[in-house]
Amino acid sequence: MFLAQVHVTYKPSILDPQAVAIKNAMHRLNFDKVEAVRQGKYFELSLDVATATDAETQTEAICEQLLANPNMETYRYEVKELANQ
Amino acid sequence: MMKFAVVSFPGSNCDEDLYYAITDDLKADAEIVPHTSDNLEGFDAVLIPGGFSYGDYLRSGAIAKFAPVMAAVKEFAKAGKPILGICNGFQILTEAGLLPGTLQHNREMQFICEPEPLMVNNNQTLFTSAFKAGETITLPIAHGEGNYYCDDDTLAQLKANHQIIFSYQDNPNGSLSDIAGITNQAGNVLGMMPHPERAVESIQGGTDGLKVFQSILQTYLRTV
Repeated sequence: MFLAQVHVTYKPSILDPQAVAIKNAMHRLNFDKVEAVRQGKYFELSLDVATATDAETQTEAICEQLLANPNMETYRYEVKELANQ
Repeated sequence: MMKFAVVSFPGSNCDEDLYYAITDDLKADAEIVPHTSDNLEGFDAVLIPGGFSYGDYLRSGAIAKFAPVMAAVKEFAKAGKPILGICNGFQILTEAGLLPGTLQHNREMQFICEPEPLMVNNNQTLFTSAFKAGETITLPIAHGEGNYYCDDDTLAQLKANHQIIFSYQDNPNGSLSDIAGITNQAGNVLGMMPHPERAVESIQGGTDGLKVFQSILQTYLRTV
């Protein structure tokens, strides 16, 4: 069993009004040293495949086809083997 | 009689409005087609309604693009038949790759529900032939994610091919180039954020939207 941890974030060129609102709220809490905020999505995929390469191949395809919209988002992921339970 | 398919996903909420606009105002035939259907035989046009398909989970339209009916919608597009996606329908068509670009969150964060003045940039399409060139019309918008975005090459291509069909006169959401509606390169797939089905009777505040459906019908009648 393998665990894929996937992060999807907006490309830098994409306006993210939610992140701007979050940053403004931080400033209202007096965390005025926060200069920028980026918001993203985090996914954990448990994959019942034989090898780390299989897990990476499938995770890559899932990111391309579903988890990220290549027009506005980028993704990165790490795959690790889970200890037998 | 021309027959429209109104595709309905879990979370669509403008499907009944579209059905009503086609049957009661345009006086054409319509049928609501569930997302589980894999067959669009017998239909002359497909309408993808607004709403919040699959709860807007992941991204607007991201889950709907894998619904069984979408394979048939893609075949329908390939055959050159008319497809109109409105609001969430536009978002679904971009996610499905039938239209370029994407719809981001509105620039100012609010969900905007207002009548919006629009320019008809191109009346030489099957969706706009009943309008005058450069006509200014008013249609309601109702969206939180209608801020159209695409890369520079795509935008240049949209402009060169006259694919920007409707543009905002007073850009409400931050859309690139004031874009409110675009077609694909072939011109048979239109996506638009404003709601023509909410402007088909004077009691709704205007009837400019009816001309979109009349254009589709007139084009159809010329070809049969």
